[in-house]
Formats: sequence, structure tokens, C-alpha cells
Amino acid sequence: MSMAWEVVIGLEVHVQLNTRSKIFCACSTAFGAEPNAHTCPVCLAMPGALPVLNEAAVDKAIAFGLAIGAELNHRSVFARKNYFYPDLPKGYQISQYEIPIVGRGHLDVLLPDGIEKRINITRAHLEEDAGKSLHEAYAGESGIDLNRAGTPLLEIVSEPDMRSAVEAVAYLKKLHALVRYLDISDGNMQEGSFRCDANVSLRRPSEPFGTRAEIKNLNSFRFLEKAISYEILRQQDILEAGGKVVQETRLFDANHGETRSMRSKEEANDYRYFPDPDLLPLQLEEKRIERVRVALPELPDARKARFIEQYGLPVYDAAVLTAARELADYYEIVATGQDAKLAANWVMGELLGALNKAGLEIDSCPVAAEELRQLLARIADQTISGKIAKEIFEILFAEGGSVDAIIEARGLRQITDSSAIVAMIDEIIQKNPQQAADYRAGKEKLFGFFVGQVMKASQGKANPDQVNALLRERLQAQ
Amino acid sequence: MVKRIAQLSRIALPDNELPQMARQLERIFSLVAEMQSVPTEGVEPMAHPLDLRQPLRPDELRQECLSREDLMASAPRAQDGLFLVPKVIE
Amino acid sequence: MELHQMGVAELSAGLRNKDFSAVELSSTLLQRLRQAQDSLNACITISEEPGLEQARAADQRRAQGDSAPLLGIPLAHKDIFCTRGQRTTCGSKMLAEFVSPYDATVVQRFQKAGMVTLGKLNMDEFAMGSSNETSFFGAVRNPWDLTRVPGGSSGGSAAALAARLLPAATGTDTGGSIRQPAAFCGVTGLKPTYGRVSRYGMIAFASSLDQGGPMARSAADCALLMDVMAGHDPLDSTSHPQAAGRFSAALGRSVKGLRIGVPEEFFGEGLDPEVAQAVQEAIQWYVREGAEIRPVHLPNNVHAVSTYYVLAPAEASSNLSRFDGIRYSHRSGSAVDLQDLYLLSRYEGFGPEVRRRILVGSYVLSAGYYDAYYRKAQQLRALIREDFRRAFAEVDVIMGPTTPTPAFALGAKSADPVAMYLADIYTIAVNLAGIPALSLPCGFSKAGLPIGLQIMGNYFADELILGLGDAYQRDSDWHQQEPGWEEQ
Ligand SMILES: [Mg+2]
Ligand SMILES: [Zn+2]
Repeated sequence: MSMAWEVVIGLEVHVQLNTRSKIFCACSTAFGAEPNAHTCPVCLAMPGALPVLNEAAVDKAIAFGLAIGAELNHRSVFARKNYFYPDLPKGYQISQYEIPIVGRGHLDVLLPDGIEKRINITRAHLEEDAGKSLHEAYAGESGIDLNRAGTPLLEIVSEPDMRSAVEAVAYLKKLHALVRYLDISDGNMQEGSFRCDANVSLRRPSEPFGTRAEIKNLNSFRFLEKAISYEILRQQDILEAGGKVVQETRLFDANHGETRSMRSKEEANDYRYFPDPDLLPLQLEEKRIERVRVALPELPDARKARFIEQYGLPVYDAAVLTAARELADYYEIVATGQDAKLAANWVMGELLGALNKAGLEIDSCPVAAEELRQLLARIADQTISGKIAKEIFEILFAEGGSVDAIIEARGLRQITDSSAIVAMIDEIIQKNPQQAADYRAGKEKLFGFFVGQVMKASQGKANPDQVNALLRERLQAQ
Repeated sequence: MVKRIAQLSRIALPDNELPQMARQLERIFSLVAEMQSVPTEGVEPMAHPLDLRQPLRPDELRQECLSREDLMASAPRAQDGLFLVPKVIE
Repeated sequence: MELHQMGVAELSAGLRNKDFSAVELSSTLLQRLRQAQDSLNACITISEEPGLEQARAADQRRAQGDSAPLLGIPLAHKDIFCTRGQRTTCGSKMLAEFVSPYDATVVQRFQKAGMVTLGKLNMDEFAMGSSNETSFFGAVRNPWDLTRVPGGSSGGSAAALAARLLPAATGTDTGGSIRQPAAFCGVTGLKPTYGRVSRYGMIAFASSLDQGGPMARSAADCALLMDVMAGHDPLDSTSHPQAAGRFSAALGRSVKGLRIGVPEEFFGEGLDPEVAQAVQEAIQWYVREGAEIRPVHLPNNVHAVSTYYVLAPAEASSNLSRFDGIRYSHRSGSAVDLQDLYLLSRYEGFGPEVRRRILVGSYVLSAGYYDAYYRKAQQLRALIREDFRRAFAEVDVIMGPTTPTPAFALGAKSADPVAMYLADIYTIAVNLAGIPALSLPCGFSKAGLPIGLQIMGNYFADELILGLGDAYQRDSDWHQQEPGWEEQ
């Protein structure tokens, strides 16, 4: 296998904006209603019905533009993208073509190796979602549900700046975190609120871009990674066999972990874009932009800076903890009144490890942040040792419950009574005269043996600092 | 050309209608061809007679709802609240 | 004067004085509408029961002290306006079975004013035509000569008004579709300033050109209708915030000092001498009343037809994509797969002229042709608007003929689309610019066919041109002549 291929990846992400009503009519955007229950003459494309733009969709697009440091276009234009499809009732999608609302911006992404990389964003534009075709319901027929038709989307198009699947996933995760920070989308990938298409091509370094394939239907971070990895191998095989990559749309088949050509859609798509004459140019007044700017929440990068400043965290910790708004919120609860670095270690180590093992996201974490804070508080007040704390955490994660109740019920309170510890130490020295003699003769390494014996005898509950000090004292004394 | 445009427009023109359609389109395009002689360099294209900005509606749900039955009353084929079409192949 | 001969203003007075009831009035007109169907074919749907129901409601409102000026006055809508619970066909097989679940804003406004809807009027299919011959429901005939066209696309509206079947009707005008049939049938019609009448629920042909407007037998009646019809509509993004006006209150103005522009471009080759003479005489009436004539130039008017026949089909090709046989429109019985469903339903549902325009529109928007046709036409559109801007810096109104000839014979131009398109040479530029224009009767040809005078105004001069039309009609009786269609 040749190592000389460079992967070039650009992502187009469709984000459903979490407005109450649709982008061009007053129908609800709520997910999961009866088929076609959330429709009206406008989103059913009845004859004579006309679109009127939802201001919340505009404000959310502005918020996104401000968050990525983009140039906002003070005048943008809605265009029609004409094609026929049963879930597209008007026979055209209202989108933005020549002049989008959000121009060039960027996102700084922290890669797993700790390096930060800037991914440029070409544009973001407002458009309407299509409905859904249900293929399984009826023999030989498909059912059309237009509840989703007209849901506002922000389509975010990146530059082809990513060079690996890992970078693509890191960018997508950062984008996902950002739209949730901004509260412009629920980001629910299962329900299709956050969908990604990837443009993937290969080239020899410093040569011009190769022909790209567009992979659709990537509705999880894992699928994105798998699809890109598959696509890289596929294109590499073609190129190394002297073939040519065809510019086409491919569908990711999650069941087989491969991408497949979408032949049916390959017929020359001539979308005949033109400015929608039912809508006038969208003008952004400075007042509106200012209003959105003032209402912006603290964004990931600002929060990261604050974590470094306020909690004294290393850059890496701050970046990991602020990657998702929910995680950052969680951390701030845990760190309240506790050692901030210790809190960070616990959240990044124990908590994220356990979540990862269980395949869970932070928003479905079984351990409440308040409980983890309590756990740290019990370490701090010496009720338990760090080791016992880890045991308790495992119980919390698996079974729930409260920290104090678990300590009481299982008798896990730390032993800090010196006379009790001395009694245990003396008994162990008595039982191991040879080791005691060897230690005194200079075999320093045996100290660890004695510590282990004492901890074992106390079932891990003896205060380790006290054990250390008292053990040294008693071994010396005899 | 006519065939391609008819396909793009999703109109099934039978072969025996193609020549007449082609002739008529040719007539129309020779009528509009005179446009090309007008110098328009630097003229801002006019999309709309109104020099107004797009109005915005508040993000509110509509009060009165039309029933799904009324909205779907003219559907050629529908069942269980869905419009039915011949199987969509992806 | 019999009920069916009265205009809106007279009927309003009659109803107010309780000379007759709304039910009596509507019953009389419903009967005439039925009787005239065979000879004129002006209606696609006659709303007997719903109409009488509305008339009864109007009488009730009056009994309760309501004195809205148009309460109980009958009208019918061009079948391009959606009417809830009623068939709305747009003159097409595509919508032959379509029952609208909602009312157009215009329909709603007239209903709120207490007007009684007696039916849906025939029209060219999807308003594409100048002769009413493209209607799926058959051609409409001109009440002045049943062998001639009524004009189009609002041909049913014009014919019904001329034949005294109705005192008022709605029309729509994309390239002359109110004014040209008004001229051919000897009635009065206003194409308002773009944005003054809501387009919500008015089936779109070319969105940036379409404008609904009133048709009646006098400018004064049109003004009464505009009082109700015009107004801002939050459901239409292209509705003007200052759309409303006090149209009837602005009538009765003097003509003294008025500056009339008479463009030579409107009096050149192709203009029928009888039309030229009648129009010149009407303009002379204004001069006698104290107006002055100033020459103006509209040099780009020669490009109006070609500009229009790029832009209008382009918008139409996209606007008509929603007719796909899935949710409410005609579905072919022979479609087995999805592609056939589109291809056959749209072939069967659209008539030849509509298919032609969709193809033209798809072509001019397609990759590689957009700049040469669509963008170029938008630039010409800007030049045409600029002509009007320059002219209206010098004059208050522009006058000329509405059409080059009086009504032509049925079938005369239907074989050659381009010949038909050229008949719109004087009306199209107004839509491209978005300004208002009125057509009113100003004489007859020797063959006894009506001739129309067109008065164009600057943006929002709708009140002014209605007032000028009214001033002329107070001193002329062309608009009061009745065709003898019942004897033909
Ligand atoms: Mg898109
Ligand atoms: Zn809707």
C-alpha cells in the first residue's frame, strides 16, 4: 500500500434549527406527530400559497455566524432549487444560492493529539427541509409525510480543509457542540436534526484536488469515520489500479459499513436556480445583529479560556471539558467548592471513561453531577480514601444512589483512629518477624509490603497517610 | 434538445409531438433573440418591482388549524394520513 | 333600469334603500349566468346554493344595521382565486377536481365586506393566453360578437361583465390579462401597482408580474372594489405595507393641469387606425378639459414582449412544478412508476400552451443559458422600468391604446403562439415595471367592437388613474353600451 496519498475532506452539514414554527409557515416543527398532521396550504404547496420568513430562523443563523467569526451578508437572497421528488411538494426547495446569510468563518478544532487546527467555513445558508418518504408501509407504494417539509435548516459548508477521518470527526463534534451551546438546534442525530454529507477525494501531496465523491446519509460520528475510512480505501484501490474516481453521490450503508453509488439520482441534475420571486431580499439591520450578539451564550472558546483562568486547568483539560456544553456544565457543578484539578481528573478520567465504556453521552449520564461533587467532598473531608471513592463511583454509575448512603450502608468510612491503626500494624509486624527484620536491615522495598498488608487488613479503609506515618514509626521502634 | 428540456420539466412529450413543439419553440426563441442586441453592460438585473426588504413573521404557531382531512381531500391516493405514490427507489 | 343593468354603485344604493334584497338580486343574476352559459361559456362553476346562502346572510347583516357599502353585491371570481370548499380549476384539467381547503385573501376580503360570490369565471389555462381559448373548459365568446374572442386571460370576467351577468368580477393581470379582455369586451379593469393586492391564494403564474385587480363596468365601480381588495397581507411577502388606499374617496377630481404623456412607441406600426383614432379622441377630451400633452419616450418598450416571454415562462416553469399528481392535481391513470407519474400526469394535465411555456421557462433557466436569457431579460426589465421613471419625471400619466386591434376572431391566432404574444405589445411593459394601469372603453370600431384606452400611472398612482377614468366616464357613455349577444 502506498502511503503517498493525501486525503482531502470537506463537510456539508444540515442543522435543523429549533424554532417553534416552520421557516415559511406557522406549522409546528415538533418531531413525531401523526403523518401530515403538521401541514398547511403553504408547506403542502397548495396552489396560491406563499412563503413568509420566520424571524427566529434568521436570528439563529445570525447567532451561528457571529459564533464562527463570519462575515454576515447584510443583504442575502432566497433562490429556488428546482427538482422533482415526492417529498419536495413545490417541486423546488427554497434555499440560498448566490448570496447566503452567513459568509466566510472558521472553527478551531482540538485534535486528539492535542494540536489545534483551524477549519475554514465557506458559508452557511438558510433553507427548508423536505418531507419523508416511507417505503415499508405499503406494497409497491411509498407514503409521503410532509410534517418535516419546511423545517428550517442551516446548511454549513466547510472548506476542504480536513486531512483525515479523525479531523473530520473532530470538526463535526465541535460543530455539534457549538450549535447546542448556541441553542440553535437540539442536535439530535437520530431524529435527523444534525446531518452530515462528506466530500472525499485523494491526491498526491501538493497536487491539485482529485475528483471527489459525495457521501450522504451520515447520521452519527461513527458513521462519518467509517464511511470516510471505507471511501479512502475504495478510492485508493481505484487510483492505484490506474483508474479514475467518478464524481458521484454515494450513500453510506451502515449495515455493511460501505458506501454505494446512488445511480437513480445520477441523471444530470440541472437545478435551474433562480431568485425566488415570492420572497424579497433579506436585509439584516445592525440592530438585529446587535440584539443577537448581546444574547449569545458563553461560547466554547471563551469558556475554555475561563476554565484555564478561573480553575487553573491545563489547556488540554479545559478544551476537553468545554467540548460539549453539557460536559462543561457538569464539570462546573462538580468543581464547585472542590479542588478544581481533582474535579477535572475525575470528570475526564473516571466519568468519561465509564461513559465511553457504556456507550453513553454526557446528557444521559447515570451519575448526577451533584453526587460526584459530594464524592469529592468526602475525599476532602477524609471520610473516604481516593481508592474507596473509585469503588463508590462504580456503584453510583451501575446502581445509582447517593454517596453518603453508599458509604454508610457498606461501611466504607475511612479508619482515622490512630490506636486502631497501630493495633493492626503491631499485629502484622508480629506475624511477619522475618520481613520486619529484613526491613530494619535496610531492605527499604519491604515497606510497600507492609502497607499492602495493613490496607488489606483494614479492607482498604485505613487512612493511607496515617498508615504510612504510623507504620514507619512502629517498624523503627521495634 | 426539446426532449431533454421536456424530461427536465417532467412532461412526457410523445415523439409525434416533438417536431411541432420544436418548431414553436424555435419561433419563440427567434422572437426573444432580439434581446441579445441590446447593450446591458453594468445594468443591475431587476428581480422584482418592489424595492422592499423581506418581511419577517414572528416564530408563532398558527391559531386555527385546517383539518388534515380537508387538506388531503383532493389527493388522488392517500391512506392513513399519507399521500401514496408508486414506490420511491433510492 | 333592470337589476342586471345596474353597476356596483347603483346596486349599493338600491340595497341601502331596500328597493330589492340581496337574495332577489343574486337570484336574478344566477339565472342570467345559467342562461348565458351556452352562448358565452363565461363560467366554470356557478355557485347557486352557496351564493344564495351568502345573499341571505347579507340581507341578515343589513337587517341588523350593517351598512357596509358592498354588502349584498354579487360578484364572481376568476377561477384562479382559491375558494374554500369549492372547486378551483385555474382553467386546467390539472385542477379539474381540486377543491381548495382555503380562501384566497382577496376572496376573504370581499366576503368580509359582505359581497356575494356567485361563481368562478372562465380563463385561459393558468392565465396563459390572450384569447381565453386555452381553457380546458372551452373558449369564452365575446358578447359583442360571438365569433370573436373576449381576450384573456381574464376573458370570463370581461365577458360576464359586458353581457350584464354580473356587476363586478375579479381578474388577474400578468402581461395584460385584465386590461386586454376589458378592452375587447368594453368594460373597465384596473391592473393595480404591484403589491397593493394580495397574491395569497391567487394561483401563481409569474410571481413577480402577477397582480389581481378589479373589473367592472366603470372606473368608479373599480374604485369601490379596490377599497376592499387592496391592503397589506402578512401572508404575502410581496404585499406592500402601504397597500391600502381610499380609492372611491379619491374620485371626482379635476383634469385641469394634468400632464399626459403620449409615447410615440404606442402609436406606430401595427396599430389599427380605428383604434388609434378612438384613443386619440379620448386623449383630446382630456385636453379640452384642461390637460396638456407632452411627448414621452419609452424606447425599450420594443423589447417588452421578448423580455416578458423569457421572465414569465421562467417563473411559471417553477411555479407549476407543484402540479405533480401527488397531493391534489390530476394523476395519470396509466402511470406505473414514479417517473411515469410525473411525466404522464403533467403531459395529460397541462394543455399545449402551458406545456410550451414550461419548456421555454425550463430552457432559459437551465445550465449554460441562464445568463444569456434570464439574466439578460432581468437587465432589460431594469431598462424598461427606467424608461417609465424618466417619463414620470415629466408627466403625471401616460395614455395610449390597450391593444393594437379590437377583438380578433376565435381561432385566428391560436395556431401561432408568437402572433398571439405580439397582441400584448402595449400592456406588458406595465407588468415588468410593476406600475398601475387602467383600461376603459373609449369607442367602437365600425364593426361594432369596443376599443380600450389605457391610462398608465406611476407607482401608487392607482387612485389618480381611477379618478381620471371616472372623470372621462362621467362625460361619455361608451361604458354604458350593451352588447346584443342575446339576439345573436
Ligand atoms: Mg442544501
Ligand atoms: Zn405549514
